[in-house]
Amino acid sequence: METIANHLLSWVIFLPLAGIVPLLALPRGADRSAKSVAAVILLLDFLLSLKLLAGFVPGGGFQFVEDHLWVERFGIHYSLGIDGISLWLVMLTTFLGPILIISTWNAITTRVREFMVSMLFLQTAMLGTFCATDMVLFYVFWEAMLIPMALIIGIWGGKRKLYAAVKFFLYTFAGSALMLVAILYMYSQGAGSFSWFAFRDLHLTGTQAAWLFGAFTLAFAIKVPIFPLHTWLPDAHVEAPTAGSVVLAGVLLKMGTYGLIRFAIPFFPSAAAQFAPLLSTLAVIGIIYGALVAMVQKDVKKLVAYSSVSHLGFVVLGLFAMSTESMAGAMFVMLSHGLSTGSLFLLVGFIYERRHTRLISDFGGIARVMPLYAAAFMFATLASVGLPGLSGFVGEFLVLLGTFKSVTLHHATLFTVLAATGVIFGALYMLWMYQRVFLGDCENPKNQGLKDLGLREVLILVPIFFFILWMGVQPKPWLKSMEPALEALIEQQQQALSASGGSEALRWVEITPATSLEEVQR
Amino acid sequence: MFDASVGLNHYLLLSVLLFVIGVAGVIFRRNAIIMFMSIELMLTSVNLTILAYSRYLGDHTGHVLVLFVFAVAAAEAAVGLAILVELFRKRDTVDVDRFRQLME
Amino acid sequence: MHPITVEYLRWIVLLPLGGAAFLGITNRRLPTVVVSLVASLTVLGSFLLSAQAFFALRALPTAGRLLTDRVYSWMPVGDLRIDVSFMVDPLTAVMILFVTGVAFLIHIYSIGYMKGDRGYQRYFAYLNLFVGMMLILVLSDNLPLLFVGWEGVGLCSYLLIGFWFEDLANSAAGKKAFLVNRIGDFGFLLGMLLIARTLAGKVGGENLFSFAVMAQHTSLLAPVATAIGLLLFMGATGKSAQIPLFVWLPDAMAGPTPVSALIHAATMVTAGVYMVARMNFLYVLTPTAMAVVAVIGALTALVAATIAVTQDDIKKVLAYSTVSQLGYMFLACGVGAFGAGIFHVMTHAFFKALLFMGAGSVIHALHHQQDMRYMGGLRSKMPVTFVTMFAAMLAISGVFPFAGFFSKDEILYNTFLDSKVLWAIGYAVAGLTAFYMTRLLALTFFGKSRVDEEHVHEVHESPLSMTIPLMVLGVLSLIGGWIGWPHFLGGSNRFETWLAPVFRHGMEGEAMAHGAENAVHASAAAHAALAHGAETAVHAGGSTELALAVASLALALLGIAVGFVVYLRRLDVAEAARRAAGGRLYWLLKGKYFVDEIYEALIVRPGYWLSDIVFFRFTDAGLIDGVLVNGTARSLGILGSVLRLLQNGMLRWYAYSFTLGVLVILFYLVRHL
Repeated sequence: METIANHLLSWVIFLPLAGIVPLLALPRGADRSAKSVAAVILLLDFLLSLKLLAGFVPGGGFQFVEDHLWVERFGIHYSLGIDGISLWLVMLTTFLGPILIISTWNAITTRVREFMVSMLFLQTAMLGTFCATDMVLFYVFWEAMLIPMALIIGIWGGKRKLYAAVKFFLYTFAGSALMLVAILYMYSQGAGSFSWFAFRDLHLTGTQAAWLFGAFTLAFAIKVPIFPLHTWLPDAHVEAPTAGSVVLAGVLLKMGTYGLIRFAIPFFPSAAAQFAPLLSTLAVIGIIYGALVAMVQKDVKKLVAYSSVSHLGFVVLGLFAMSTESMAGAMFVMLSHGLSTGSLFLLVGFIYERRHTRLISDFGGIARVMPLYAAAFMFATLASVGLPGLSGFVGEFLVLLGTFKSVTLHHATLFTVLAATGVIFGALYMLWMYQRVFLGDCENPKNQGLKDLGLREVLILVPIFFFILWMGVQPKPWLKSMEPALEALIEQQQQALSASGGSEALRWVEITPATSLEEVQR
Repeated sequence: MFDASVGLNHYLLLSVLLFVIGVAGVIFRRNAIIMFMSIELMLTSVNLTILAYSRYLGDHTGHVLVLFVFAVAAAEAAVGLAILVELFRKRDTVDVDRFRQLME
Repeated sequence: MHPITVEYLRWIVLLPLGGAAFLGITNRRLPTVVVSLVASLTVLGSFLLSAQAFFALRALPTAGRLLTDRVYSWMPVGDLRIDVSFMVDPLTAVMILFVTGVAFLIHIYSIGYMKGDRGYQRYFAYLNLFVGMMLILVLSDNLPLLFVGWEGVGLCSYLLIGFWFEDLANSAAGKKAFLVNRIGDFGFLLGMLLIARTLAGKVGGENLFSFAVMAQHTSLLAPVATAIGLLLFMGATGKSAQIPLFVWLPDAMAGPTPVSALIHAATMVTAGVYMVARMNFLYVLTPTAMAVVAVIGALTALVAATIAVTQDDIKKVLAYSTVSQLGYMFLACGVGAFGAGIFHVMTHAFFKALLFMGAGSVIHALHHQQDMRYMGGLRSKMPVTFVTMFAAMLAISGVFPFAGFFSKDEILYNTFLDSKVLWAIGYAVAGLTAFYMTRLLALTFFGKSRVDEEHVHEVHESPLSMTIPLMVLGVLSLIGGWIGWPHFLGGSNRFETWLAPVFRHGMEGEAMAHGAENAVHASAAAHAALAHGAETAVHAGGSTELALAVASLALALLGIAVGFVVYLRRLDVAEAARRAAGGRLYWLLKGKYFVDEIYEALIVRPGYWLSDIVFFRFTDAGLIDGVLVNGTARSLGILGSVLRLLQNGMLRWYAYSFTLGVLVILFYLVRHL
């Protein structure tokens, strides 16, 4: 037990990977047992991660820190740690894990064992990405994530699965290649190691910072995705199997925004301020554009995929408004979107398993035959449109509020007003889709025999809905635990900006590090 | 009889001649077997060069290298001819211009 | 002055919410009796607690009438502090009393009306949820929590309008209601944000959205008061169906009739008026916003009343009548008579709920026939419904001494003091109201029966569960206005005195805004006015008020007389009116000024076209994905296929190029080494 306590993060990260061993030992064709094994392992992982939550001290900087020398010559460490920013993303990942596996119970029928291996591998890679505090380690996890996801889309996907998988892979890979170059360049500029702290405290000229910021941000912007780098997302979502879509929307998209808040902004604070108007513009375009394009979709899954573009726009806007409220709101939208959009994809998956179609026009009036399903879908819809009292509202409200009173962002009023139209459009496309799928008379004979949700499906949804409600009614625990980390970030940002001449940050000038290494490590 | 008058340059000249013949054979002939023989010819010319220099410089490393090349060439010839035989069985020809499967 | 903390306020909200949760989770498993009991008793509990709060408040001295219940801290981030916190002041006390009271009656009524419906339990779950959300709205002590209730009632409205969702028209109407409301909420949200930006960091760790804190810092808000006022009012135009967002309310009649009575007449739609009255301290700072509120209110009242005259669907008439009456309420707020506005909110709740429930009773009896052209002569068959509806008609027409007379008269009097033009509009609408309500009654209950042959013998009075609420509301339609018995008629207008502390800020602020006196003076004057009640006003304006009252009473009676004469004796006059002006006028009114069609053509269709063709097909699929993404891939592919020509598979070609390469390199080496 001692070792578990000392290496809790490593345990949480690598338990899923270790779970591959018993999976491989299973005889071929033991599909049910493969699913059970994977589910049990991810459930254990979730329980283990609860220890993180219990032991977490808000405002304590990086915690559960582990640090081992990995490659001495280049100063590469195996170093892990989580703070208020990554804690909840780790929790979201471990929470969704077992749910995902259970959701595949009937959906995945071919190469079940291999699918489970991919899922477990993906889980480890995602958790590692959130916890790594060494740039090389981070990069390894970051790229490792791509492989199982591309496989999940490419092997268990729909009709155009290869196109979608290749597009997903190349698109994200192109971005991260640039990031690798940026990492190596920063190392060569005298960071001395690949530690996150060393990178943050690195002295860079304004021009260097701007280019490096660009490289990092491009990699993350593709992952978010920020308009106009989003077109891989609808394809990937539509072709991916349900569990793949859920993990994609639930966790993988957050990798981009997490990267922005963890690396791009603290590494290059003045460049971030300099590019904030550009990124905010793209974010706002994404909010409106994503919503409008979602409205005209004919495929439910594609509609939800475009709605992700819209929601993630709020996150990016909040991050670059750089006020405590907006950043906390952005973090909150990330979590809330993971739950609400995740549950929407699960729900779409349920109906796809029954009807093998996702076209809106194939449905209509199924609330009559599937009342429970309709109610669950309504709940997820309302969470997605940001009804006050559910989780979506808290995040969007804080983002808008924080952006509106942002002191660093120019034209904040305009951005806020435009982003707030998302309130209207969000309701528009979701409710219109809901109406066409669920309401009216059930005329299509193929829909009349549809079975309502079973116990397993209800059990998958209940915990998600529970948290959507909880986070909407009482968001305080979440906000309070992430706030110190965000305030430290903003303080560092402001110091950097004032060192470089306050609002004159638009000029490319040298940055001085804000907080010393020891201070944060303590 | 002409021992004394045969110097390094003669050997090199011969090996250039052999090499050019080999290259010409590979480029201009379409028969795989002849191309194969041409390649062997080029190898021989290289061997000859190495031996000539070895002798000229009084260093025996060259001899060892040539033996090495012989061994590899023999193995290569065995594999190459085997492939050719197999190709001939499949396609009834050894005309290399008709083997373009990698293109398609 | 420290407000008094009472913890039962949260239970006023939690009882119906708990009922909703219980009914929702156990859906379709409970016997009807249990459902009815749970749903009604929770609302009754809320009503009793509200009454308790009311009496507790009344026992306090006038200036300290405030009960609070801070439940927990909701959204604490940075220096932002938003609480889930409830309060009861005189204004809230009025609201919760009539909301829970009317809601309880409508629950009882619904037991009869919804009997045998397969969604019985779902219906009551929604209805309880609505009551809970409405109570959050009026009990909240800050704007974001009010917004929770605001959106919550919108959701319930959506769910209940589309309650019979098998008919796509119903669910489309529900969706329309939600979306139009969302457009308003967009403004509301921005209004809140503007308040936050203005007050951030200046209120010392308080919840800057709390009404008390905002009221203390009006001087900070003053520079942006017009913007905030207009943005919040945008929210109100959505929720309370005012121009230009009124189009959803008539469609909302697709819901079950008790829902129309509760949500779309008595309570939810008045939330906008409540909000404006609640924010009175802000509105009085901005004559511009006030003027907008008043003008929009008056115009809406007129437009809706003219449409109501031509409608044949009994519920549509009532719906436009509601829009029109809501216009009156905003008119009152706009001219600074917030108390009169709230007074009308309350009396309107009584008589309009009654009208809807009476209409529901008729519709119920006629097997869901809503067209007045197929009614008539129901007076003798449904006596209770007829008598109570008649009372409500007299009330809405403003006949003395029915409830509507007092509230409408107060509004018109206050408008008269502010603007003669607006008063003229309001006065005209009063006459129209009396006329179209009489038309409704005449077509439904008088004359010869035009009911279907099949059903004519089955027409009967509704069960007791439906008629008892009618009777209760009938009595309230008569006496409900008496608490506001005006001074010029020898009363003491206890309603206005009761509300006065809430609108005290208003008086001060208005004085400031008008700049009549310096601020200290104005404040003192306001306090003096408060202390003396409105007695000073009595002497000043008593005779004018009396004259106006007599004039509007005369107009109301005229309207009623004309209505009865035309629709009972001289239908040819109605026919002639239709053909007047070449039938154009009738066409325009019958078509509801074609507002829906205009919106459809100007906003809905172009919006869809823009999204589909320009954004999705052209930008997304064409430009970004086609040209940029796949274009990159394709150009790499083209480059590959060019390079591929070199790899032609000809062995001798390879050997040749290889040799050539060697020669080139050799040549280079020879030249340069």
